Amino acid sequence: MVLERRSLLALALGVTMLTAAGVRAQDRFIVVASTTSTEQSGLFKHLLPRFEKKTGVQVRVVALGTGQALDMARRGDADVVFVHDPAAEEKFVAEGYGVKRFPVMYNDFVLVGPKSDPAKVAGAKEALEALRRIEAARAPFVSRGDRSGTHAAELRLWQAAGVDLNKAKGQWYRDTGSGMGPSLNTAASMGAYILSDRGTWLSFKNRGELAILFQGDARLFNQYGVILVNPVRHPHVKKEWGQQFVDWLVSPEGQQAIADYKIGGEQLFFPNARG
Amino acid sequence: MDTLSQSFVTALALVASFDRELSAIVLLSLKVSLTAVLIATAVGLPLGAAIAVGRFRGQQTLTVILNGLMGLPPVVVGLLVYLLLSRSGPLGEADLLFTPTAMIVAQAILITPIIASLGRQVVEDAWREHKEQLRSLGASDWRAALTLLWDTRFSLFTAVLAGLGRAAAEVGAVMIVGGNIDGVTRVMTTTIALETSKGDLPLALALGLILIALVLLLNAAAYMTRQWAARHYG
Repeated sequence: MVLERRSLLALALGVTMLTAAGVRAQDRFIVVASTTSTEQSGLFKHLLPRFEKKTGVQVRVVALGTGQALDMARRGDADVVFVHDPAAEEKFVAEGYGVKRFPVMYNDFVLVGPKSDPAKVAGAKEALEALRRIEAARAPFVSRGDRSGTHAAELRLWQAAGVDLNKAKGQWYRDTGSGMGPSLNTAASMGAYILSDRGTWLSFKNRGELAILFQGDARLFNQYGVILVNPVRHPHVKKEWGQQFVDWLVSPEGQQAIADYKIGGEQLFFPNARG
Repeated sequence: MDTLSQSFVTALALVASFDRELSAIVLLSLKVSLTAVLIATAVGLPLGAAIAVGRFRGQQTLTVILNGLMGLPPVVVGLLVYLLLSRSGPLGEADLLFTPTAMIVAQAILITPIIASLGRQVVEDAWREHKEQLRSLGASDWRAALTLLWDTRFSLFTAVLAGLGRAAAEVGAVMIVGGNIDGVTRVMTTTIALETSKGDLPLALALGLILIALVLLLNAAAYMTRQWAARHYG
């Protein structure tokens, strides 16, 4: 009996140590903190194999909202950030957490809502007017509320439109505090309006009665940038491989790869590293 | 209704096609959760037995704390382990964040109280019954605890399975400490969460069905092992 107990214990310990040893095999990798829009739109699945084949460096993407992604990098848990909130990115670099910010690509935000369009957003001439119509109709609007790039853009738009969100909260303005996809799911089941990045919208499947109602205003421009985390601040940052990734994204080859990515014939991101 | 039937078809198709990506995800899920269960069992059962049999101050407090920790929210455990393993955290040098090891640690912390608590109850009941007998044989408390653990092993099995169920089902902790990195730390539950947020509800549910089937299979295997062991060693 004693013997069996011992052998059981030895077996358990053995298995534990074996699995623990096998987990950290590959060392040539970098961690990239990025946004749900780039991950969920399938862009990384398209880009990364090309970069990995060329350099042999594996890219591990952790997809979060832009605010969270920058925070993660501030704590030193990422080598590169690839996000879409230029103001927050500049601040990140100015604080000394990032080396330099490079613009990579852009697409745009779209105003999505129920096809019946109770607030008559589709007839608006510009984005701010569209938002004011939503407020006037007190039509349900779903906000990310998660400090993501899209959330920041949304707040800037409301402010420019002169709408006081404090009054609206809890009534027609619903703050979900979650990612683009979950928020779209919520909007779809509530028949609410929502601001989405085009990439996530195009790859989103559970649209229900939702459709794009307003698009094309210059205010809906959505710029993505990439930054190497500052090795001075975090000495463990894999600066060579991280820089390789940054350089590749803004190189003609990387820019072409971005332009090549399409869903249903529609291009999702437009490279603009060269300004 | 349509989504449901679509999910069943998708689930069957996925299993039948033996999708390589899916198999890798399933294997990682099993590896992470089973390893966490092994660790939690190795720590939790002796701990539970010691509390059941031992005579020391604070025994009841410890029991209450352990019972309470059975309800640890996975997200909180995830955050805690994240902050520990973060580069700015005390264990940052280990460079374990966003690895399967980090996920194992988080799940082990999550389920150790479950296994310890349920194990303590089982051993305590047996202790009440056999206390006099064991004492009269001159067994030390330590010796008695070990004997009782062995004698109640079949009941303790359920405690271990409860831990496994919790580990296999949780998403909050592994999402935070693993980061849901494609091909590295993506497991069943984080894949389901991802597909849900992509709005692919049929695929998400199909993966859920596969996960449930998997846990059922594990339990069936465990049950049969138990039966077999009971016949040979019981």
